[in-house]
Parts: sequence; C-alpha cells; structure tokens
Amino acid sequence: MRPIPVDTPAFFNRGPSPRARLAFFGLLSLALLFADTRYRYLENVRQAAAIALYPMQRALEMPGAAFAFVSDYFGSKRHLADENVMLRQELVARAPATQGYARVQEENARLRALLDVRAQYAASAIAVQVLYTGRDPFTQKLFVDKGSTGGVQPGAGVIDASGVVGQVTRVFPYMAEVTLITDRDQAVPVQVERSGARSVLFGNGTGRSPELRFTSPSADIRPGDRLLTSGLDGTYPPGLAVAEIVDVVRDSGQMFARIVCKPVAGIDHSEFLLVVSQSSALPPRPDEPGDGDAVKKGGRVRGRRG
Amino acid sequence: MRVLPHVGSFVPAGPDEILRPAKPWFVLASLFAGLLLNLVPLQDPVMTYRPDFLALVLLYWCIQEPRFVGVGIAWLLGLLMDVGDATLFGQHALAYAVLAYGAEHFRRRVLRFPLWQQAVQVAALLVLCALIVLFVRFVGGAPLPKWTYLAPPLVGALLWPLVSVLLQTPQRPSHGSRR
Repeated sequence: MRPIPVDTPAFFNRGPSPRARLAFFGLLSLALLFADTRYRYLENVRQAAAIALYPMQRALEMPGAAFAFVSDYFGSKRHLADENVMLRQELVARAPATQGYARVQEENARLRALLDVRAQYAASAIAVQVLYTGRDPFTQKLFVDKGSTGGVQPGAGVIDASGVVGQVTRVFPYMAEVTLITDRDQAVPVQVERSGARSVLFGNGTGRSPELRFTSPSADIRPGDRLLTSGLDGTYPPGLAVAEIVDVVRDSGQMFARIVCKPVAGIDHSEFLLVVSQSSALPPRPDEPGDGDAVKKGGRVRGRRG
Repeated sequence: MRVLPHVGSFVPAGPDEILRPAKPWFVLASLFAGLLLNLVPLQDPVMTYRPDFLALVLLYWCIQEPRFVGVGIAWLLGLLMDVGDATLFGQHALAYAVLAYGAEHFRRRVLRFPLWQQAVQVAALLVLCALIVLFVRFVGGAPLPKWTYLAPPLVGALLWPLVSVLLQTPQRPSHGSRR
C-alpha cells in the first residue's frame, strides 16, 4: 500500500523556484563579470547592445537639446554681441602665435632634415562634442558624438582648448567612450615644462587629484610647474598641457615624493573636444626581457635623468 | 482621464481593495520607461542623487506580479543597464537579480504596511543592491566612492510611494468608492 503523499501537489507549474533562478542567474553574472574584467571577451555583445540602445539615447537627449536651442534663440542679443567681441579679441590675441607657428614649423622641419631626425608627427584631429558624462560612479568617463564611422580610433588622445582631457577607450559606430585623465590608474607620460624632467601622471579616481608617481624626492619639480605631454607613449602628441603641480611632499622616509597635480583642461565642463592621434607609428617596441612592468620602467628612466 | 484624481489624492489601494490584474503591455511599458529614465543624460550635481528608476519599477512589479516579472527579466534588464552605463558586464544584472529575489522573499509581507514603512524596507533592498555593485567593483580594483554613493538608493526609497501609486492606478477599479 502506498503512503499518501504529504507534499502539496503542484497545481500551477511555475518553473524553477526563485532561489534556483537566483543561483543560476547569479552564477551567470559572476561568469560575465569575470570574463569582462579579465579577458574582455564580450566587446562584440556590448557593441551590439550599444547599437540597439543608441537611438533611445539620442532621443533622450532631445528635450535637453531643445531646451538649449530655445534658450539660445531667446538669449539676449547683448550677450551674443559681447561674446562675439570677446571671441574676436581672442582671435587677434592668438594671431601672432598662429602666424609664427607656420614659420617655426617650417624652420623646425629644415633643422630636423639637417640633423637627419625622423619627421616628428603629423597629428590628425577630429572635433567632437560631449554627449553625456558616464553614469558609473566608479570611473571617470565621457561619451562623445563621433565613433568609428567618424574616424575615431581607439587609443587616440582627447584634448580641449586648454589641455589634455583623456583617451578614447572604446569606440562604437556612432559614439566613443573617453576615459578621463583623472580616472583611476589612467596614465599620461609627462614632462615638466621648466626643467624637462620626465614622469608619468596617474589619475586617482573620482574626486581625487591626479599624482605623479614613482618620482624621486630629489627631482626638480616645484609647485606651480606646468606638465606637458612628453609624447613618449605615441598616444598624445608632445607638448600638450596636461596639469599643474599643486603640492610636492618630500618625505625622506619614502622612496618617492608625493606630487599632487591639478588638470589644466576643463575635464568636467568642456563641451567641445578634439580627438588627436599621431598618425606616424612609433618604431616597434623591443622585446621585453621577462615581465617588465611599464610603470617601473617609467620610474627608472626618470631616476636616471635625476 | 480617470487616472488623474487617484494620483492627485495620492492614496494607495488599501489591503482590502481588489486590484485588477496588470496588463502585460503596461508592465513592459513601465519597465521600458524606467530604463529610459535611467539613460537620460544628466550633469553632475543631479547625477549624484539620481535614483535608479528601473530598479524601483522592477521592484514594484516583482512584488505585484511575481509570475510575470521575476529574476530572469530583472537579470536581462540589468544587462541592458550595464551596456547603457558602460559598466562591467553583469554588475547591474547581478544586483537586479538579487533585488528580484529579495522582492519575491518579502512581497507577501510588505504590502500590509503603509507606504512610508514600505519605503523603509525598499531602502534596505536598494542599499543592498548598491552594496553588491560596490563589492563587485571593489574586488575588480575600483577605488571606494564617496558617501554620496548611498544617496541614490535613499532617494529611490523616498520616491517609492509615488512610484507605487502611479503604477497601481491603472489596476484600480474604475468607479471604486473613495474613502
């Protein structure tokens, strides 16, 4: 004789229990997270989903854009006239530098030819507009309105009117993601304008100032010094303004000085940016002996110059 | 529209009021609206306090219509959010899946409470979500964010009464007596 089953029969088939579902989807998310952090396998999936989301995102910008357009339209004539005068003055103020630049460039080319140095670079530039700032509180990112169809290459540098903003890290067909120089561990090779000392600027994450790391306490760096790109990385053309030194803490107990910097560019408020890339490729890298860490190497180079 | 008086008086359905079943298109449309609200480009001061609208809508449907919206749909929407926000793949997905599971767990109890007490419990769930994301990112090597990181879940909890009354409106009997 069979015992009467005590479990209530499943009247309504509802599939696996929520706990089973949570376990399944939780593990799946963990696998995705792992694949994304370690191997970047999923860029294709991301591209596809990004294309699907793109029209929505553009549509959502419309109210803001319409508001800006209307307020522009009704903006006072006085304001526009003032702005016009200011821009004209600025243009004239910059004229000597611009006019001199062509001559200097020509002279430079001639001298370089004399010295038999490789032509420096022919940077290409693409003007872009910021669509929106990244919504992830852990990273510092911007999205701009041109992507692979507009000729933006991953890895290109991004600057605004006053200095370096960041680097293109991901390119979608119609937009591109720019990682700001203040993002955690985002590195920019720099050179101190006054002394020529080389170092690497590292971002420190949201709300914290970038720093020069691995710089010896005896380095010739003072508060107020301007940092320019050194162009050693082949990403940023040399000579672009990056940051200004705010504070130098030299502690004899530490191996490196703590050097706090402030970015020159309007990192969080520039609307129009320029994507610059060095078209001439650098010579191929020599094979690294063993597991050479790029960061450590930068520090050593810097130390030798001392 | 009959919709407006209910919202205007801002009274949620009592426990004894019988709601009509939600229409699938309305559920999907509200989830889509939540996704869109999350994707609205914003500048910084507002952005810091912007709640996760999709999580709120998702939570509401997980509590009200657990047969229709569950862990699986939450997970898929989380993936979309990961792409939209350009965050790590699976981070929102994991958080939303846990959110949906939590909702399933306490849904029978939570509706008995008045709205503001529901909001407190919703705050706990949303903070849990935020902490999961924080943990995932921290393990991945991200720096710890500022305290304002916990502002969006709390703002979200404050919006809970509004969201639940809004989403409830189409299900309420059309000529119900108003107390």
